[in-house]
Amino acid sequence: MSQDLLGLSAAQAAERIRGGDLASHELFDAYRERAAGEELGAFLWVADQAPEATPDGPLAGVPLAVKDLFCVEGVPSAAASRILEGYRPPYTATAVERLRDAGAAVLGKTNMDEFAMGSSNENSGFGPVLNPWDRTRVPGGSSGGSAAAVAAGLAPWAIGTDTGGSIRQPAALCGIVGMKPTYGAVSRYGMIAFASSLDQAGPLTRDVTDCALLLRHMVGRDPCDSTSTGVPEEVALPSSERLEGLRFGIPPELTGEGIEPGVREVFDATVWRIEELGGTVEEVALPHAGHGISAYYVIAPAEASANLARYDGVRFGQRVGDGDLLSLYEQTREEGFGTEVKRRIMLGTYALSSGYYEAYYGRAQRVRTKIADDFRAAFERVDLIVTPTSPTVAFGLGERTDDPLAMYLSDALTVPMPLAGLPAISIPAGMSEELPVGFQIAGPAFSENQILDAAYAIERAVGFDGGPPRA
Amino acid sequence: MPEALAERAYEPVIGLEIHVQLKTRTKMFCGCKLSFGEEPNTRTCPVCLGHPGTLPVTNAEAVHFALMIGLALECEIAPRSIFHRKNYFYPDLPKGYQVSQYDVPLASRGRLGDVRIHRVHLEEDAAKLVHAGASGRIHSAESSVVDFNRGGTPLVEIVTEPDVRSASQAKEWLELLRSTLRRLEVSDVRMEEGSLRCDANVSIRPAGEATLGTKTELKNMNSFRFLERGVNAEIARQEETLRAGGAISQETLHYDPASGALSPLRSKEEAHDYRYLPEPDLVPLAPTEEMLERARAALPELPAQRAERLERDLGLPPDNAQRLAFRTDLGDFFEATLQAAGDGADARTISNWLTGDLVSLVGDSDPAASKLEPSALARLVGMVAQGAVAPSAAKEVLAILVADGGDPARVVEAKGLGRAGADELTRVVERAMADQADAVEKIRAGNRKAEGAIVGAVMRETKGRADGAEVIRLLRERIGE
Amino acid sequence: MIDREQVLHVARLARLRLTDAEVGRMTGELSSILDHIEKIGELDLEEVAPTSHVIELENVLRADEPRESLPREVALREAPDSDATGFRVPSPSTVEEA
Ligand SMILES: [Mg+2]
Ligand SMILES: [Zn+2]
Repeated sequence: MSQDLLGLSAAQAAERIRGGDLASHELFDAYRERAAGEELGAFLWVADQAPEATPDGPLAGVPLAVKDLFCVEGVPSAAASRILEGYRPPYTATAVERLRDAGAAVLGKTNMDEFAMGSSNENSGFGPVLNPWDRTRVPGGSSGGSAAAVAAGLAPWAIGTDTGGSIRQPAALCGIVGMKPTYGAVSRYGMIAFASSLDQAGPLTRDVTDCALLLRHMVGRDPCDSTSTGVPEEVALPSSERLEGLRFGIPPELTGEGIEPGVREVFDATVWRIEELGGTVEEVALPHAGHGISAYYVIAPAEASANLARYDGVRFGQRVGDGDLLSLYEQTREEGFGTEVKRRIMLGTYALSSGYYEAYYGRAQRVRTKIADDFRAAFERVDLIVTPTSPTVAFGLGERTDDPLAMYLSDALTVPMPLAGLPAISIPAGMSEELPVGFQIAGPAFSENQILDAAYAIERAVGFDGGPPRA
Repeated sequence: MPEALAERAYEPVIGLEIHVQLKTRTKMFCGCKLSFGEEPNTRTCPVCLGHPGTLPVTNAEAVHFALMIGLALECEIAPRSIFHRKNYFYPDLPKGYQVSQYDVPLASRGRLGDVRIHRVHLEEDAAKLVHAGASGRIHSAESSVVDFNRGGTPLVEIVTEPDVRSASQAKEWLELLRSTLRRLEVSDVRMEEGSLRCDANVSIRPAGEATLGTKTELKNMNSFRFLERGVNAEIARQEETLRAGGAISQETLHYDPASGALSPLRSKEEAHDYRYLPEPDLVPLAPTEEMLERARAALPELPAQRAERLERDLGLPPDNAQRLAFRTDLGDFFEATLQAAGDGADARTISNWLTGDLVSLVGDSDPAASKLEPSALARLVGMVAQGAVAPSAAKEVLAILVADGGDPARVVEAKGLGRAGADELTRVVERAMADQADAVEKIRAGNRKAEGAIVGAVMRETKGRADGAEVIRLLRERIGE
Repeated sequence: MIDREQVLHVARLARLRLTDAEVGRMTGELSSILDHIEKIGELDLEEVAPTSHVIELENVLRADEPRESLPREVALREAPDSDATGFRVPSPSTVEEA
């Protein structure tokens, strides 16, 4: 019985509940039990009980896993950082509020890289997350807990955030769908900030339909977020199975060097399917995309260094030290932040400090302009751009922790889109070394519907029906 | 060399940096109401406490007020300005950075009176640290309590060019700025309460030289008097240092009004590395023609313009014109009185009444809030001009009108304050002369001062209803001059 | 490249008290990251405007209308140290400019 329930996609489950064939609390309890007993380290907090009544609205009480950096009033929300251990916010993030209004029920808070800084989920202050396909490997990051939970059937779907690839890369490494919307589509209010000009919330789901359904209820202009715009048209549930008339571009800069042969093979096969489905494929240049990592690892840490200055042990969170004010600040931050967070604060502080601003931050912002210009030019020739999501399949736990630069380079294919504010999706497209491989589709600003349509057609054609054992 | 130094005349060069709390209803970036002495930490929300995940949203009215200020100070308004984060750690700064404007301020290159304005920008105020130490000064190893009620109050920062040359000019100019801001109704501008705060950058240089000396920054001068004293003390300190062959070091000084002492604020070298970065949570301000038009339309006649008009069009003495213009309430009462007095009214005399007797009766409060009607004052001034009331009796009438209101003619009649008639006055003068034969003798001998005794006696007798000049005329007539 | 002294200076700016071992490791790691980043120094960016926002919004303003503030006990609830009225901190021994 419970296994049947878990086999339903979120959209299917919502439909059954709304049709009266399924009680929402039954579904919730089935997932609650799994989430509470899981051994992947995917959850940091699980709700005690289902909402009392079946929530009204299209999402009909379907449980939702929420990345720990979304503030939920009265619920632990620590962005997986020790410095915020025990913090229960006095307010709720707009994205979560909207989903609740649409009927979603918060199932739990998922593990992540501390403050969303990482690509492996090994930087959590509360321990790593294991990849459900192979527990010796990472699930990707920073939304690793959300991705693992969905892949392992611990939650029907989840929300995460993407700053340089933090939804798409773990979705790829866990064999699920993950989408980063256009910057501004979803409110950032209540998302514990990493890099404000890049952060964007999005869905992590089992399939493209669920992705569209969840995204539909997340987007919208929010008066609490000055940079939010919403989307010009409602997010539609995709239905087209062909790609006729769509032009796909392959940028050599993001599909050449450094891509594992197994990943390359899946990518090539997927491109071939696009042509089979009636899409046209051509090469399109993104001359500055190769500098994305450099620009990203200046801009994101610089913004983070300011965003994380508020963790000072005064108004909330942990405090360490009982001496003078300076030692209170320094000890609180020294003990509260993990190594990667400190590394990025250092990097960002340095890049903004007197005498270095122009050489680093100023220049990185100009590279950002160039990358955005490249995309603009490319989208005059093609409708969508495709690349592998990650150059490799899920790597081993501990494999890259001693080499931060190598870790940073694993974001190379996902970083250019957020630098330009563009939407992109990762869908599972096949397997390599018995691990899932993600396929990335990016489009111009606010082309979410077109991306979802294409992703849906490709998903159907690929027929990826993998899933790790649900034990 | 020391003699040469000692001989030298120094010229102070002063620039002012003013922070003005705007009188909006809510804070700069959140919906909390502004605080006026509420219980600590009762006007806060996740945004102004800097909680994780919160975002600022700019208050439209603060932008409107800042535009009004920019326009009133004859500034150029930037077509597009952005907010920056100014990073430093301090317990009164919840986010670890202040949202402010940096390379492109909202307004720049203006002028007020004889001082050029360098820039005008918008920012948010810090919270208040309440020190547990008894002295109120900052100690280590003691605890303080942070009150975030003030945190996030909209501020406009105004920076002048170094055009001020003396402490008294600094004080006078700041008074002009205050009355201008008050006239705009954008701030309470109370220095004692911190809604107007002024720092001064002070340097001195040998008179006539063009290069600037090393400047120091003076903080905490929370009244006009302290501003003047603090700047004077710093000028004196710098002169003394230079005359002794020393050098001025660039530092920030804290003025202690109680002792008049200036003490350096220890500040770490890196505290000045603010690592400004464009605020990614806010979008640029690009005032539209509509926003500018609305700000322009909201500008009243400003004190400097009013003073000029009163002087030019009504021929008021500059002093009176300035006093009426700098106090909007007085200026308005003056103009209302003038209007009530009608054609041919003597503006100068009315202005004397306003700035003299009326001010000494009402002090700092608005005369319009007293019982006195402008039309009543106009009639009273008219009665004096026609000789129906003597000036000294008129003062008494004014005091009654301020306290109880009413019509001056009735007050004069009821209190018997009408000018003494010719017969009555002749009688009184003759009696006084008879009573004070000594004085009359002296007057005859050419001692004019002795006239005072007779005039005094007549005034006493008539309770001030007599015209002094008329008394003297009658007196001299009788003595045979 | 970044040297030990710079690492210590930046750590002070960021209010991070790094252990000796961390300083050493950080110096090496940051240097290799910066070496990679510095490749953007080779690009010709003279005429290129910096991008700080990817969205083209201007004048996003809020009406000056009050919203409910938090009850004080809620505002103070998460504070590591507070008294009945506010957030307690060790008094600053130095004053820095605001
Ligand atoms: Mg300021
Ligand atoms: Zn507030």
